[in-house]
Amino acid sequence: MYKQLIGLVLLAVPVLASATVSKVSEHTLRNGFKVLVKEDHRSPVMVSQVWYKVGSSYEPGGITGASHMLEHMMFKGTDKHPAGEFSKIIAANGGDENAFTGQDYTAFFQTMSADKLSVSLELEADRMRYLHLLPEELKKELQVVTEERRMRTDDNPQAKMQEHFMAMAFSNSPYKNPVIGWPADIAAYTVKDLQAWYQRWYAPNNATLVVVGDVKPQEVFDLAQKYFGALKTSDIETLKPQTEVEQLGVRKITVKLPAKLPYLIMGYKVPVLKTADPEWEAYALEVLAGVLDGGSSARLTSGLVRGKQLAVSAGAGYNMTDRLPTLFELQATPNEGKTVHDLETALKAEITKLQKDLVSSDELQRIKAQVLASNVYEKDSNFYQAMQLGMLETVGLGWKKADDYVEKVNQVTAEQIRAVAKKYLIEDHLNIAYLEPQAINNSEKTEKTEKPAAKKGAK
Amino acid sequence: MPKRLVCLLLLLACNSAWAAAKIENWRTAQGSRVYYVQADGLPMADIQVVFDAGSARDGKQFGVASFTADLLDSGAADLNADDIAKRFESVGAIFSAGASTDLATVSLRSLTDPALFNKALDTLQLILTKPAFSKNDFSREQKRTLAMLKQTEESPGDLAGIAFSNAIYGEHPYAHPTAGVIKTVAALTAKDLKEFYKQHYVAANAMVVIVGNLSKQQAEQTAEKLLAGLPTGQKPDALPDVTMPSKASVQHIEFPSSQTHVLVGLPGSYRKDPDYFPLYVGNHVLGGSGLVSKLFDEVREKRGLAYSASSSFSPLLKQGPFTIGLQTRNDQTQQALEVLNKTLSDYITKGPTPEELTAAKQNIVGGFAMRFDTNKELANYVAMIGFYDLPLDYLDTFQQSIEKVTVAEIVSAFQRRVNPQLLQTVTAGQLKQATTDSAK
Repeated sequence: MYKQLIGLVLLAVPVLASATVSKVSEHTLRNGFKVLVKEDHRSPVMVSQVWYKVGSSYEPGGITGASHMLEHMMFKGTDKHPAGEFSKIIAANGGDENAFTGQDYTAFFQTMSADKLSVSLELEADRMRYLHLLPEELKKELQVVTEERRMRTDDNPQAKMQEHFMAMAFSNSPYKNPVIGWPADIAAYTVKDLQAWYQRWYAPNNATLVVVGDVKPQEVFDLAQKYFGALKTSDIETLKPQTEVEQLGVRKITVKLPAKLPYLIMGYKVPVLKTADPEWEAYALEVLAGVLDGGSSARLTSGLVRGKQLAVSAGAGYNMTDRLPTLFELQATPNEGKTVHDLETALKAEITKLQKDLVSSDELQRIKAQVLASNVYEKDSNFYQAMQLGMLETVGLGWKKADDYVEKVNQVTAEQIRAVAKKYLIEDHLNIAYLEPQAINNSEKTEKTEKPAAKKGAK
Repeated sequence: MPKRLVCLLLLLACNSAWAAAKIENWRTAQGSRVYYVQADGLPMADIQVVFDAGSARDGKQFGVASFTADLLDSGAADLNADDIAKRFESVGAIFSAGASTDLATVSLRSLTDPALFNKALDTLQLILTKPAFSKNDFSREQKRTLAMLKQTEESPGDLAGIAFSNAIYGEHPYAHPTAGVIKTVAALTAKDLKEFYKQHYVAANAMVVIVGNLSKQQAEQTAEKLLAGLPTGQKPDALPDVTMPSKASVQHIEFPSSQTHVLVGLPGSYRKDPDYFPLYVGNHVLGGSGLVSKLFDEVREKRGLAYSASSSFSPLLKQGPFTIGLQTRNDQTQQALEVLNKTLSDYITKGPTPEELTAAKQNIVGGFAMRFDTNKELANYVAMIGFYDLPLDYLDTFQQSIEKVTVAEIVSAFQRRVNPQLLQTVTAGQLKQATTDSAK
């Protein structure tokens, strides 16, 4: 009882503190373009993000990675601005920009001085409907994306293993495909493929603008109307559900790659906030992830890395804001003299403990305290806040879920955590991948030549 | 962050000049420097305690500085690692510690509600002043560090980076990786860490940075309290000067990857370098400005040879590295290297065009406020200003310093400082397979 009282007092502080922070303003243009604005006047800057409801989980077989490829092509020119000019204009206006693609979204952003918002909006509106997809630009950019894939996945043992793991874990859910696409699909994209993808998804009624920073909502709405207001809508077809079939028993895969350390990934099929019924199950899984991996005091680091010294590192992760049912993942690297099988046994024992025993009130309070503090720390970054709003809106949860988060996490009980552990973290819905390191046959030798200086002359 | 507008005469666009943060500076009773910025927007504070105790201070024990910082929160006074973690996490505080080339940084992010803040601060104080370095903790963390070092051997990028530092620095303390190497880390003992701590984690060698929702009085008390338990001690001797490599070299590391990682460079610029601004602005045009630099344009936009291609000066107490890097499919390595070297040598000869220089200045000056628009970034800037003993108005005069740079200054600085005949080149990838492939 006493501890609970402390907890309540402790929890009350940041909630009150954050109550003074500005709210989100929302406005939708007549063509369906949604605009979200959050004011933060600490610094004369802003971030502007345009989010499209399209990502790798929207892609049919044969063109996996098309969303990511199109993200790259969005920098390759329009009627008004030739290839490369977009970036030059943003740079000359003191801006930073880039884009990112995920399973459920594609987003483009500029961070700039707040008085430059119109520069970024004009350019974003232009490329939303008037992109040029030129064969010669695609040819070069295909190579760039192939290099990106080599760097991120092909030459990174753990990333490559993750890719094979996802492909095994999902039978028919599009989450089985990598965001960057399978190599054979990347090599075969045509201008026609990308043109069709662009026409299908890049429209004001399939996009959200999020602006966070030293701006006034009405001014942002006016600028949005000015630049995006006249853009034509598209008929956005409803996505096929592609609901994952029920898994009927544990699945295991061994991945052999040149590497130095073994690695283990385990993933249980679980619902997400969008699909959880009742909704609290998703929040309970979120807190459960915190029990295992919410900091250095959490069970995996405390128990497996320090206590039993089985693992060099161990972690757990759950993306409750995925659009489709996802995996509750555990990953670990064994310590010297230990194996991935030792780790598998230990991680399963942690799961069993969660299914049998209630999480202590101390642990629960600690996780909630961290969630509350993070909620304040996040406000230090305009970019993070914009990300949160854009993602929630784009996966179909709605940005208001951001405001509920702290309260919903606070309501999670030890009994609920045990209940979701029992219901979802079950052997028949488990997927396991083992990385079996293969020798790196480079004979570890390097060749060094002193270069004659004359050869390298600058003149 | 107080928001005031200042019109700097030299700026073209004085209406957008943004007054940087007001940095206050004093010394604790024991003489440690304190840098403080009041930032009241959020109920939180960022604290950094910085020591001149980076890997440049390793001596022959490569990795000892990094290991010492890493082990701090494994035990202090009568608290073990679990106790420490629980104390921070129960109040939502985030602790971290680590070493870079020049410095060791112990940092804390906490809410400023007094009950929460004080608990986090008490714990930080114990860690700083009474770390245990127990044998058990040491041997556990040693195994983890060795595993991590082993893992770098599965990354061609990491291997290239290690070889590159060795190539450009030779015998200088900047040559070895911050985390050390397997041989030296395996030879360390808990006693070595204790010794390193005793010598370097002292008041005379410490600096405190405080950014957040704390009054000046609270900041003063915080700094005093944190360091009160440290002996005064003394600052370490100045680091040796960096000597330039005597000639160019090319080094290849054979690795079964699909890409070859390419690094080219030499010792570049230091923090108080009179050439700093010409080199910085000049590099921005060459390879420092993300999607619009010359290297990016030549390597990626025109030829599709790589996903990333960039260059950077990383100024340190002494000359930090000037590095150009890219990754490309194995059989394109020679072509990419030629493009890289040609782009660099043309640039050294001609420098930027006036238009390119203007565009670079517009980008840097126009984006100035974004460099420290979060408390976290601001704390990092303040720590840099403090540690490298830069003027307190560094941020206020930054835009002016950028605007003053001329094409002639850039050409002069690059010609004096980036001698193509001294460049060190490292490649890591599959040379052998590449040769077979291109023969097809």
